[in-house]
Amino acid sequence: MRLKLAFSLGAGLFALTAASAQAQEALKIGVVSVLTGPAASLGQQVRDGFQLAVDKNGGKLGGVPVQITVIDDELKPDVAVGKVRSFIDSGKVDFVVGPVFSNILGAIAKPVLDSGAFLISPNAGPSTMAGKGCHQNFFVTSYQNDQVHEVLGKYAQDQGFKRAYIIAPNYQAGKDSLAGFKRYFKGEIVDEVYAPLTSMDFASDLAKIASTKPDVVFAFLPGGLGVNFVKQWSQAGLQGKIPFLSAFTVDESTLPAQQDAAVGLYGGMTWAPNMDNAQTKAFVSAYEAAYKIVPGSYAQQAYDAAMLIDSAVKAAGGTGDKDKLRAALKKADFTSLRGKFKFNTNGYPIQDFYLVKVAKRADGKFQTEIAQKVFTDYADPHAKDCALK
Amino acid sequence: MTTGLLIVQILNGLQLGILLFLVAAGLTLVFGVMDFINLAHGVQYMLGAYLAVTFIGLTGSFLLGLALALAAALLIGLALEFLIFRHLYERDHLDQVLATFGLILLLNQAVKMVWGAAPLSVAVPELLSGNVRLLDGILYPTYRFVLIGAGLAVAALLWFIVEKTRTGMLLRAGASNAPMVSALGVDIRKLFMIVFAFGTMLAGFAGVMAAPILSVEPGMGDNILILAFVVIVVGGIGSIRGAFVGALIVGLVDTLGRSFMNDLLRLFMSAPSARATGAALSSMLIYLVMATVLFVRPEGLLPAKGRS
Repeated sequence: MRLKLAFSLGAGLFALTAASAQAQEALKIGVVSVLTGPAASLGQQVRDGFQLAVDKNGGKLGGVPVQITVIDDELKPDVAVGKVRSFIDSGKVDFVVGPVFSNILGAIAKPVLDSGAFLISPNAGPSTMAGKGCHQNFFVTSYQNDQVHEVLGKYAQDQGFKRAYIIAPNYQAGKDSLAGFKRYFKGEIVDEVYAPLTSMDFASDLAKIASTKPDVVFAFLPGGLGVNFVKQWSQAGLQGKIPFLSAFTVDESTLPAQQDAAVGLYGGMTWAPNMDNAQTKAFVSAYEAAYKIVPGSYAQQAYDAAMLIDSAVKAAGGTGDKDKLRAALKKADFTSLRGKFKFNTNGYPIQDFYLVKVAKRADGKFQTEIAQKVFTDYADPHAKDCALK
Repeated sequence: MTTGLLIVQILNGLQLGILLFLVAAGLTLVFGVMDFINLAHGVQYMLGAYLAVTFIGLTGSFLLGLALALAAALLIGLALEFLIFRHLYERDHLDQVLATFGLILLLNQAVKMVWGAAPLSVAVPELLSGNVRLLDGILYPTYRFVLIGAGLAVAALLWFIVEKTRTGMLLRAGASNAPMVSALGVDIRKLFMIVFAFGTMLAGFAGVMAAPILSVEPGMGDNILILAFVVIVVGGIGSIRGAFVGALIVGLVDTLGRSFMNDLLRLFMSAPSARATGAALSSMLIYLVMATVLFVRPEGLLPAKGRS
């Protein structure tokens, strides 16, 4: 009898310590982002936006302490796969959040998803993983890549522009971008230019624009390309003369360099730092206080990714039951900085898209501001090819 | 295609050529005189641009910032020469390439730590921020005219130094046969240091001048370095005249190719395929030029005398 009691007591104690160990076991999250090279300023926003949400929650998500490993993918798929694999092999990974670029996502998706971890993309939203290649453990807190370009095409069409000059870098995303624009814009394409990815000087393209006098210019020139183009655009005296629509060309990551040259130029996005809701106001002021720059969509989407994980882990009571956790993720029951946010069957969001315009704030900093809504509850066209329900 | 557009594109080509010349001049001297492959030359161009951002921001004056940036670029160049390059002159080319490539990685990362990864910019000086109206109402930025002018002035100055001064004579002699110059009792180390410092300053100057029109970002020197190598191969290694001619050829071919290749191909192709072929072909064009030059005149168009 006494022996039995001792046993059960011991077993009970054991169970108790095991349970408390369970509760104390940290949520293991890998943040994969580009932190070296010219695109590092985007990757830093992803890392910092995610960290800000975790810090705001006292180092916990869903009430569970978080252990974050930041992985620099160097924007090289082979490097990314190597680092992500060794991170996964280190054992029991709950979430991988990342990356910024679609080509990196293509490389790391399989090893991450095969391990049973959830993959949350805070930026990359390729069509390949939205349709047939969708996966039940893959969620995107940004948008499907095509959609941003379509915003500008739709706007150009709605404005009644007849002749458009469109330019993008000569690689796959550039071609997808111009195809996305043309999906909604039905007017004449004066010229469709594919510039080398290493272009520095767009003077010759600008001279052509000035001489062909299109009604509107659409550009997809991310990072340094956009900085060069926009500065030279203003120096060539085109600012304010020809409407300038763009995707990923004027945003908070490039505005510190473009400054006044970008004021009045348009982009397309799902959010802007002046979005009129309480959570955005709090987020922007906290981010600026912590990192001294105006947060862009990259930081915002990473922040939303953290809040999504927070809501799901809380609802599922931990990460033990994957099915419960997945169902909680799908509900997207968190307060997005965008306000409205829900997931489609393929794990991509259904949300509103806006035309955003660059403005100079009273404190001298630059940011994008919402100009008008272009799409309401817009779902990507690839979801119908996804087998998930 | 109009005359106005053609003129603008030629100006753009010239301007790219001038920028390339400023970088290539230092590279070709260092390569020609010292037989030293300095891959880190592009990084010195980048440093020039970053120093411009800092000093123009601090002083609020473009000219003052330019002077300070040049002085700082010179100091950094001399420090690098003293600490690193000096120990590589006697080594073979592979060691030089490896060491200077390492320096590219190091300095690109250092720049990111000091100035941050996001692209930066410099405003065009107020006085030069206007435009000049050309034919057909096409505007051309005043600053770019100034850039072309400044580049031509530097080219003239270089010509004067190389052709008319004693140091220039030693330079030419060094480019033709460095051991002989040394044997004649010239302090070749000192000459090397002068050449190197001067080359660094030219690259820095190019960086400062480019800062108002291009985005200042880590790695910006890497692209221009490749073009600068094309320039010196086309022009002839060690030859300033060759670098000048080569730079203008590369600048013009690249710019005109990019602007008119599409229209040219559209004469006998459908628009989409002309677009695809044009984009591919125009970015290949300068390398085709280089290959042709290598085939016809392997020593370059205007090689340094006595070098084969």
